Amino acid sequence: MARTARRSYAEFMCPAVVPGMQTPESRDGTDMNIHEYQAREILRSHGVDVPPGDVAGTADEVERIAARFAGTVVIKAQVHAGGRGKAGGVKLASNPSEARAHADRILGMSIKGLTVEKVLVAPAEDIASEAYVGVIVDRGSKRPVFMVSRQGGVDIEEVAARAPGAIRRLGVDPRYGLLPFQAYSLGATLYDDIKQQRACANILTKLYAAFVASGASLAEINPLVTTRSGEVKALDAKVNIDDNELFRRPEIEALRDTSAEPVAETAARDAGLTYIKLDGDIGAVVNGAGLAMATMDLIQFYGGEPANFLDIGGSSNPEKVVSALRIITSDERVRVICFNIFGGITRCDDVANGIVEATRRIDIDVPIVIRLTGTNEEAALRILEEAGFSATTSMDDVVQKAVDVAKAAARA
Amino acid sequence: MAIYIDEGTRLIVQGITGRDGSFHARQMMEYGTQVVGGVTPGKGGQNFDGAGGRAVPIFDTVERAVTETGANVSVIYVPPAFAGDAIMEAADAGVQLVVAITEGIPVLDMTRVYPYVKERGVRLLGPNCPGLISPGKSKVGILPGQIVTAGPVGVVSRSGTLTYEVVYQLTLAGIGQSTCVGIGGDPIHGTNFIDCLEAFEADPETEAVVLIGEIGGTDEQEAAEFVSSRMSKPVVGFIAGQTAPPGRRMGHAGAIISGSAGTAAEKMESFAKNGIGVARRPSDVVGLLQATRAG
Repeated sequence: MARTARRSYAEFMCPAVVPGMQTPESRDGTDMNIHEYQAREILRSHGVDVPPGDVAGTADEVERIAARFAGTVVIKAQVHAGGRGKAGGVKLASNPSEARAHADRILGMSIKGLTVEKVLVAPAEDIASEAYVGVIVDRGSKRPVFMVSRQGGVDIEEVAARAPGAIRRLGVDPRYGLLPFQAYSLGATLYDDIKQQRACANILTKLYAAFVASGASLAEINPLVTTRSGEVKALDAKVNIDDNELFRRPEIEALRDTSAEPVAETAARDAGLTYIKLDGDIGAVVNGAGLAMATMDLIQFYGGEPANFLDIGGSSNPEKVVSALRIITSDERVRVICFNIFGGITRCDDVANGIVEATRRIDIDVPIVIRLTGTNEEAALRILEEAGFSATTSMDDVVQKAVDVAKAAARA
Repeated sequence: MAIYIDEGTRLIVQGITGRDGSFHARQMMEYGTQVVGGVTPGKGGQNFDGAGGRAVPIFDTVERAVTETGANVSVIYVPPAFAGDAIMEAADAGVQLVVAITEGIPVLDMTRVYPYVKERGVRLLGPNCPGLISPGKSKVGILPGQIVTAGPVGVVSRSGTLTYEVVYQLTLAGIGQSTCVGIGGDPIHGTNFIDCLEAFEADPETEAVVLIGEIGGTDEQEAAEFVSSRMSKPVVGFIAGQTAPPGRRMGHAGAIISGSAGTAAEKMESFAKNGIGVARRPSDVVGLLQATRAG
């Protein structure tokens, strides 16, 4: 079953919060995504009137749910990707057999490289207007910030680019939460009718409560609609969870959908590594996210292509090295493995022994080039050379060597 | 003189009896930092077995530690669940600088910790940072003492080991450092590039600055503007994550909030526009610095 397509290094290096991906800025942007149906549940549990909807994994189930709801239903692909509508992953059906037909097409379809395994089936609403509301932790002002716009139902980034004045921002003092007058003020920005203003304020207050209670970094309702009968309703929900919250929110951690990410990345997380597969042929093992990014930059500078980002963190523990090597060698494209370890206080001879032990435990048939710098580096180089590895204390040298080895192997 | 820490630094280690706290307390003492006390609730009255056979008194609270020792800086090696509270405790106790090493503090916690610390006029460095070192004077955190040497270049960075890489190359080239500061990688952090640049500009010992950034956010771009408008000393910069493509942005609200995609290209461009020497490889920093002296 196809998982995420290999990403090019260039694609990966952008700071986008790509679904399920840990970015190399491991602390910043390490958010866990949850599906729309899970986000709706979170909002519902905080009192937001989210319309009914059920999740289905087969066309049979979709047909049954559509029959239960009667009337027009909407079928929405549940994948961690934007642009589902444009990709044909959101369809209306006026009867159960039409619903089934749509489900047949949508289930199993690929949207932005992700396979649709589940769809949400919900009664279609009679929409009079669509707005956007969201709350995010803003790095700049260092606090939660609400954003609301009368232009909802489309990509909010488009609105920001096209009509930035159409988005109103409001900062929240996290020690007080969203104050009633603030919630009302946002409601009055979106609606002119007092009943809708108040209904909106109510929803925003609960959205904020859900945001804080679930340890979110982002919570959005897009679109927030008014129906022809005047009600205000949340039609779509998106929540990203701050990874740093998961240790104290096991019920949220349980929502993680690892089927949305490559097996190797899940394995890496379990092993305490950060790993992202790319599509080059030079595998890298580095300690530290910034150094890992700089290593990948340097690989490209010298004319090579990285096969992965891998941050092994601060330990000289051979177990981690074994895990790292297992994960990298599961990628058949890798023609050389390049270690770039700046030990500092960490003893390099420990790291060297760890690498030697690790390579004895598993079969590695590609060359390994190693850079170790730090305490006891000379001893470390001797250990490595005796074990048959090419070792250096220079980052430029090891990367150039790796690029040369990869090129030679490609020609062979 | 250096910035933020020097020979006058009197340090409290919060979490001194933990695995990381104890290891790094000894490392700091070996480097020559005046570690005057430690804090571990429940172990007040005991002594910590420091480097060179020196005993360090342990206290139950930071307040008591500061009162008894006259400490002016605190460093935090406390797990993420309690680290936010530990930062606030230190600020409340009246130290001038709190260095939070801890990685993994929930971001929402930091939205409350940050204003608490700021209102008390206390400087926070981090969290999720390696700390700082003024070579020959004091080290607070985990930056290795072996790779630094005293001299006239200030270094400020978001990274950990990438900082070590660049600093070590400076040392090998005979270019010493006044202070190396790791501001850390968390989205909400207490000290940013501009804070450090301002301090370096005011420091008589610092003659030039190296700035090491990464993709994401706008800290580097804002720093670049500060450099051209408010700094007289030369600055050289390196950005990790250079091959990011333009156009792809943080999903939904994130990019709009920051108004920027935070790409490396953008940052390097703003460096160039504002007179900051732009290193394409970490190893280019040395040459660029030498050029600023020659010029």
